[in-house]
Amino acid sequence: MPKLTIDGTEIEVEPGTSVLQACEQLGIEIPRFCYHERLSVPANCRMCLVEMEKAPKPIASCAMPCSEGMVIKTDTELVHKARKGVMEFLLINHPLDCPICDQGGECDLQDQAVGYGFDRSRFAENKRAVNDKYMGPLIRTSMTRCIHCTRCIRFAEEIAGVPMLGATGRGEHMEITTYVEQAIASELSGNLTDVCPVGALLNKPYSFTARPWELRKIESVDVFDAVGSNIRVDVRGSEVMRILPRLNEEVNEEWIADKTRYAYDGLKRQRLDRPYVRRDGRLHPTTWADALGTVAARLKGVPGQRIAAIAGDLCDAESMLALKELMQGLGSPNLDCRQDGAQFDTSNRAGYLFNTGIAGIDQADAILLIGTNPRWEAPIVNARIRKRYLAAGRGGLKVGLVGEQRDLTYPYTHLGAGAQTLQEIAEGRHAFCEVLRGAKRPMLVLGMGALARPDGLAVQAAARRIAEDFGMIQDDWNGFNVLHTAAARVGGIEAGFLPGPEGRDTAGILAAAGAGEIDVVWLLGADEIDTAALGKAFVIYQGHHGDRGASRADVILPGAAYTEKNALYVNTEGRAQAARMAAFPPGEAREDWKIVRALSEQVGAKLPYDSLSQLRRRLAEVSPVFARPEARVPAAWGAFGRDGQLDGAPFRSPIGNYYMTDPISRSSVTMAQCTETFVLPARERTGTHG
Amino acid sequence: MLRDEDRIFTNLYGFESFGLEAAKKRGDWDNTRALIEKGRDWIINEVKESGLRGRGGAGFSTGLKWSFMPKQSDRPHYLVVNADEGEPGTCKDRDLMRYDPHKLVEGCLLGSFAIGAHACYIYIRGEFYDEASNLQKAIDEAYEAGLIGKNACGSGWDFDLYLHRGAGAYICGEETALIESLEGKKGQPRNKPPFPAQAGLYSCPTTVNNVESIAVVPTILRRGAGWFAGIGRPKNTGTKVFCISGHVNRPCNVEEAMGIPLKELIEKHAGGVRGGWDNLLTVIPGGSSVPVLPKETCDTILMDFDSLREVRSGLGTAAVIVMDRSTDIVKAIARLSKFYMHESCGQCTPCREGTGWMWRVMERMVRGRARVDEIDMLFEVTKQIEGHTICALGDAAAWPIQGLIRHFRPEMERRILEYRKMAAE
Repeated sequence: MPKLTIDGTEIEVEPGTSVLQACEQLGIEIPRFCYHERLSVPANCRMCLVEMEKAPKPIASCAMPCSEGMVIKTDTELVHKARKGVMEFLLINHPLDCPICDQGGECDLQDQAVGYGFDRSRFAENKRAVNDKYMGPLIRTSMTRCIHCTRCIRFAEEIAGVPMLGATGRGEHMEITTYVEQAIASELSGNLTDVCPVGALLNKPYSFTARPWELRKIESVDVFDAVGSNIRVDVRGSEVMRILPRLNEEVNEEWIADKTRYAYDGLKRQRLDRPYVRRDGRLHPTTWADALGTVAARLKGVPGQRIAAIAGDLCDAESMLALKELMQGLGSPNLDCRQDGAQFDTSNRAGYLFNTGIAGIDQADAILLIGTNPRWEAPIVNARIRKRYLAAGRGGLKVGLVGEQRDLTYPYTHLGAGAQTLQEIAEGRHAFCEVLRGAKRPMLVLGMGALARPDGLAVQAAARRIAEDFGMIQDDWNGFNVLHTAAARVGGIEAGFLPGPEGRDTAGILAAAGAGEIDVVWLLGADEIDTAALGKAFVIYQGHHGDRGASRADVILPGAAYTEKNALYVNTEGRAQAARMAAFPPGEAREDWKIVRALSEQVGAKLPYDSLSQLRRRLAEVSPVFARPEARVPAAWGAFGRDGQLDGAPFRSPIGNYYMTDPISRSSVTMAQCTETFVLPARERTGTHG
Repeated sequence: MLRDEDRIFTNLYGFESFGLEAAKKRGDWDNTRALIEKGRDWIINEVKESGLRGRGGAGFSTGLKWSFMPKQSDRPHYLVVNADEGEPGTCKDRDLMRYDPHKLVEGCLLGSFAIGAHACYIYIRGEFYDEASNLQKAIDEAYEAGLIGKNACGSGWDFDLYLHRGAGAYICGEETALIESLEGKKGQPRNKPPFPAQAGLYSCPTTVNNVESIAVVPTILRRGAGWFAGIGRPKNTGTKVFCISGHVNRPCNVEEAMGIPLKELIEKHAGGVRGGWDNLLTVIPGGSSVPVLPKETCDTILMDFDSLREVRSGLGTAAVIVMDRSTDIVKAIARLSKFYMHESCGQCTPCREGTGWMWRVMERMVRGRARVDEIDMLFEVTKQIEGHTICALGDAAAWPIQGLIRHFRPEMERRILEYRKMAAE
């Protein structure tokens, strides 16, 4: 533990700490542009210079490791002069177009220029101008503003794992660019706009729409995957203007995926903003009283066995609990929150959670991916695996994959395509078994590609056997991880939105509805089902977007999207997190649990909660997860799954297009552009195209 | 003046063949095995004792540099020879490699052995086609004769030597940029620490030496540290190849003793300044990176590291650029500024932005299209760059301008006032 003196104060730091970090520990702020705590240190901006005793010249504090007996001064004339000099150099070729720059108001260069800038320029020459680069539909560039800190290059290479950015040219002709004019093909590319300290890389869809000081900032969580990334929703009036990440070391660190950041424009399109009732084959706008009355009338006298409810991927825990209890009140056991038809045993919590936690990946030394493409199912989790891969050094992390071969941004061994390989591993007959046996912290990640199949229970049981046989279950380590794809999934399971005794699951409901054995189906935001299979059933669709479910519905009850309600979501780790209302639902739309509550009164099965806090208290009774929001509630190990015949079909990830997985992203223009740019094969262009 | 028998580079002018046979006649490869058998410590100590200072410009003790290499290590060690001679005015390594490559090859073996390296890379400037070709021939000959390769010279030491051709960027002559380039990356200097001796090529302990530093090692070891240390002045010992160019009657490379007076060097070896010594305007004594010397200083100055440092210049690569009174000195320095702007790697802020700024101001200074106070501003800008960059290119860009302002400020002011007068008319 080296001990050093900074500005007269002695401090002892961990070996390997840089002078800049030591200064931060003492609360001394060091200006910087290129330094970013999650990226490698190039020390090229030279803004963090400090004076070190016995050194002939000022040192870059970000790159200088602390050593015993160092004497550092951060507040001397030499230091200030050096920093002012660097600031002047940064500004001579900077356009100083802050009034028309989107970064204005939240710009590192602007902020630091206040401290170290001069009030006029001594630079009498012409400023440099740089051509803007094309980087895809998500990032707008204004390269003249670039200060060449290379954070973007390092982010793309190190965090995103797509070495697509680089610098061409030399000296003052150095330019940051992709090779050549390519869109940045990463699901994390939006973070480039966050790491850029100036207005060179900007949020394209947000461009020229708002200034940061006119936005209300609401802390919330994301629902586009099961990670539960912490986000900040910036709204002006009732409009969501942009979405930014919020720091949570346990979950998303400071990154968010592109769908999280950019799909919000889908919240403004295809919205259900008033109730509808189908009459004479057509949906007619109507009043709440009429819509609820119609539903109540239809439900009257229908036996519980002939009623069913399916919850979708974006549902909050409150509405699912309310609907579940309404269904119980109506006597229906036909409930399922797994609209993709996933089959897995929910009797033991450890059987469906990401038990190591996302942060647990940082300790893993062997990972077995089963039927999952984490890059598309949970880009943040994938980035965490890559982070671990880089941190562990050569051979420090071994990854095996059973399923589809995809570029995951880190090397892995493809072990096989389907359940057969899984069986071999479970029986200890596969070469990868040795890797797992040799590992101290092995983990497996079981994806929906392996569970959303008829043999899901058997796959789950095989995975459990692997976890138990290969030392994944230790006193302080549970390496059995399920990676969900839906934000609502774990919350739904915890709330008990599952088939009751002799109840039907999703496949059963659809089959029964098609066969005329179920009369009423309540779709709570469920759009990823085959609506044609519902036959003649009376369909109630409650949700916020006019998507597949709504077009089949007989009654539409307009609900609220995740930015429009105070609601709990449970991520794949079993961590309940609160989304907060950033704007009101459009038009007549209402918060979902209130809709269910209102209807319960009409059908004579009144739910016993009148406020959100009462409902939350009820949730806490149902599952301990809801009693401790923000915390990960670990699960005890136990038996789950059911041994059975494994199907030979290969595992296929449920996500065919990362950019369009749910009603919101399907309505998003930005996501449509991404789909065209990154997913669809290049279309043949004729002379009239663009 | 250096006695003929003390010359190390006896084929500096290429009068004899560069091949192995001729080299052996000149004394190269003479019982190299015996030198190796004396051991690593002996070699390092001998080089230390000789007082050999790095010939690439910085003048750091070569023996000391070698001793920084870890004695025990689980990673391979590397010797990298910097043959990316790009400093304007300098052409010594070129001739050494063209006419006397075996001195370098033998030096590589001995140097590598001393630092525990089994592999050595020579990074040669891309423009040096003939030199690369000759050097490669010398390497091939040495391999064939068993002088290098497995069990080099029968000493039991395995040694491989690789020649790598650069692509012509000045910055790749900076040792860490050279390492980056050798690794296949963009040639941009690294931050220090860690120094190459801890983490250099492929993050392994590495020593980077100039061609001349390595090429003199075999002779030092043969003739003894005392012999080398006896030439020149204390702390500035040995012989040095000077490159004399510019306004002299016979520009040349010449091996001379360290600390030879500049005047003697020019008059004796280069045929004197064009138009006589009194026609001398100024001299850049050590390649384009060091500040100019005024005429008064040139009269008496000794050519070695410490003497030149005392007059706020430097020996650098010992490339003596002589300018007579016909020289437009402001324009000459402006041209150097343009060179540094062009060669700045662009990685760190002061150099990337500052070199372009300085050049533009210098261009105006050439015509006098500036204000007098801009001379002070220009000086301040050079001070803002100096010492604030990752590598020494920033310093190298700043120093010539500082030298100009220190010694030729009246000339700059005269131009400004003249331009004003002309503009007013």
